[in-house]
Amino acid sequence: MIARLGRGVPEPAAVGLAALVAMAVCAAAIGENPLGLLRALVLGALGDTEGLAFTLYYATDFIFAGLAVAVAYRAGLFNIGVEGQSLVAGVGLALAALASGGAPSWLAILVASLAAMVFGAAWALVPGWLLARRGGHVVITTIMFNFIASALLSWLLVDPMRAQGSMQPETRPFPPGASLLRLDDALVVLGLSPTGSPLNASLALALAAMVAAHVFLFRSRLGFETRVFGASPTAAHYAGVASTRVILIAMGLSGALASGVAINELLGAQNRLILDFSGGAGFVGIAVALLAGNRPLAIAPAALLFGFLYQGGAALGLDYPRVSPQIVTAAQGVMVLLIGGLLGRRR
Amino acid sequence: MAMENILSFLGAALRLSTPLIYACLAGLWSERAGVIDVGLEGKMLAGAFAGAAVAALTGDVGIGLAAAVAASMTLAAAQGFVEVERGGDQIVCGMAVNMIGAGVTAFVGAALFAEGGRTPALPREARVLPFVWGQDALTLGAFGVAAITAFILYRTRFGLRLRAAGENPRALDAAGGSVRATRHAAVAVCGLLCGLSGADLSLAQAAGFLPAMTAGKGFIALAALVFAKWRPGAALATCLLFGGLDAAAIRMEGAPLPFLGVIPTQAFQALPYLMTVVLLAGFVGGARPPAAAGQPYRRE
Repeated sequence: MIARLGRGVPEPAAVGLAALVAMAVCAAAIGENPLGLLRALVLGALGDTEGLAFTLYYATDFIFAGLAVAVAYRAGLFNIGVEGQSLVAGVGLALAALASGGAPSWLAILVASLAAMVFGAAWALVPGWLLARRGGHVVITTIMFNFIASALLSWLLVDPMRAQGSMQPETRPFPPGASLLRLDDALVVLGLSPTGSPLNASLALALAAMVAAHVFLFRSRLGFETRVFGASPTAAHYAGVASTRVILIAMGLSGALASGVAINELLGAQNRLILDFSGGAGFVGIAVALLAGNRPLAIAPAALLFGFLYQGGAALGLDYPRVSPQIVTAAQGVMVLLIGGLLGRRR
Repeated sequence: MAMENILSFLGAALRLSTPLIYACLAGLWSERAGVIDVGLEGKMLAGAFAGAAVAALTGDVGIGLAAAVAASMTLAAAQGFVEVERGGDQIVCGMAVNMIGAGVTAFVGAALFAEGGRTPALPREARVLPFVWGQDALTLGAFGVAAITAFILYRTRFGLRLRAAGENPRALDAAGGSVRATRHAAVAVCGLLCGLSGADLSLAQAAGFLPAMTAGKGFIALAALVFAKWRPGAALATCLLFGGLDAAAIRMEGAPLPFLGVIPTQAFQALPYLMTVVLLAGFVGGARPPAAAGQPYRRE
């Protein structure tokens, strides 16, 4: 229906519009001025450098998470475990970063990021292996692994990894070298006013990962095998594609991409390991990947839309105290239902 | 003293199992008919919120329960429309329902009561209260629902059709049954039971609604469903086991066990998921979902 109404309008734009309409209707339903609310949303996300920088900071998480979902999806695997993979990646990152005292900054960052990727990939490889070798449904196992990861992180932070003498469930701060360059630090050096946001060099890494994912899927032999397997496991089998290898590579890459959320949040912003730092980015990644049709190069604009919605939603509270920022989650759900169900069967 | 302890532990286990039993049976209805449901959590949350909000506004627990069921069934109907009529991806729709459930309840709650998404604390007459052996009607009802589910599934014509819709929908179609109608009915029952599950959380276990108060219980129920291999009797037993683990975790917090020492609470929290993964991987027993689960049905 919406596809027909919006003929000539690209589907993602129509879906984004539908989300804004849904939010306006919600606002009107509780007696707020819908246009005023949308205006506050746009101004909060794009109106000043702080809003803009926060939008990009959230979008960084969503690019990584969206890519993680999309790469697995191209292999026909619905990885709902990006959230858990990010959390476990954060554990690896923190272990490396905390041990990096005295190392040069570039080395600390490199080792911590690699540790994050290895841990994230390993956490994704277990469900991959269970699917390839034991036939365990990847949707169910990745959901289960989210909760196991969350319990693991919570135990690590109340017991073995907690900072000495601290009551907070968090590690001690990382050594000063183990932190990524922030936009604000650069602005201060240049004598410009800082934005007050944690936007950092992870954004560049996310864009590089996006191009790399595109090259892998559409310009490499392995990527081709991955897509063939995703489109038709039977055809892939007759073409001599080793299914176990494809599943493991796709899940490993997916988990490694999920670790980007940990890099942005921990090396870029928090500089310590905290509870549930990914804040649901792994689930937003599902919406982002769907909106982008699982095309890596379309992930950035889709992630930007969600970054805009999240920052705008967070900023709404200032002008509209009765409007919960969770209105964005509802709009996101409507979008996922529209794309996943009503619009297309983009498999 | 020991006897009293055991009884109070069993009572707690029973209470904590109740929302799991409803949600797990909800998933069972849907999935045995061929519709995978990862959106139990969202529908439970909608039920919990609508139940507590309406009970708070009217002061009547009966109207609250009806509202819980109505809210959850509305979401289920939307989900069923997209999944059954439009052939939408069932996993995606389930995730969407979770997002809508989390978002709408927090949003409407904040707008209605201005307490950060909470509902006001419910007075006694607006709650489901224990009346026999320290248990309430919802807990006792859960056992009844399990028995009715088993009876309908295995002893009635409709149950046979429902299982056919999940195992071999083409056969059901060829035999003159309607896959669409059967799946819609199953999804509606799923919505009804998710509503009761949510109502148990906000009207019986707690005196009101908190944002995200389901706290993953919808997914534990999903794990229990897999663990029970999609069978009603085993679903009941698994939910009692998982509820018992939960009660044990609360009780033994910090207390050492013989031979094992102090087991962290988080280990208990992760145990249902770990057990399910191990079972799913076929290391013990193995679990096979209904053959047509997850596949939209299209006539040739």
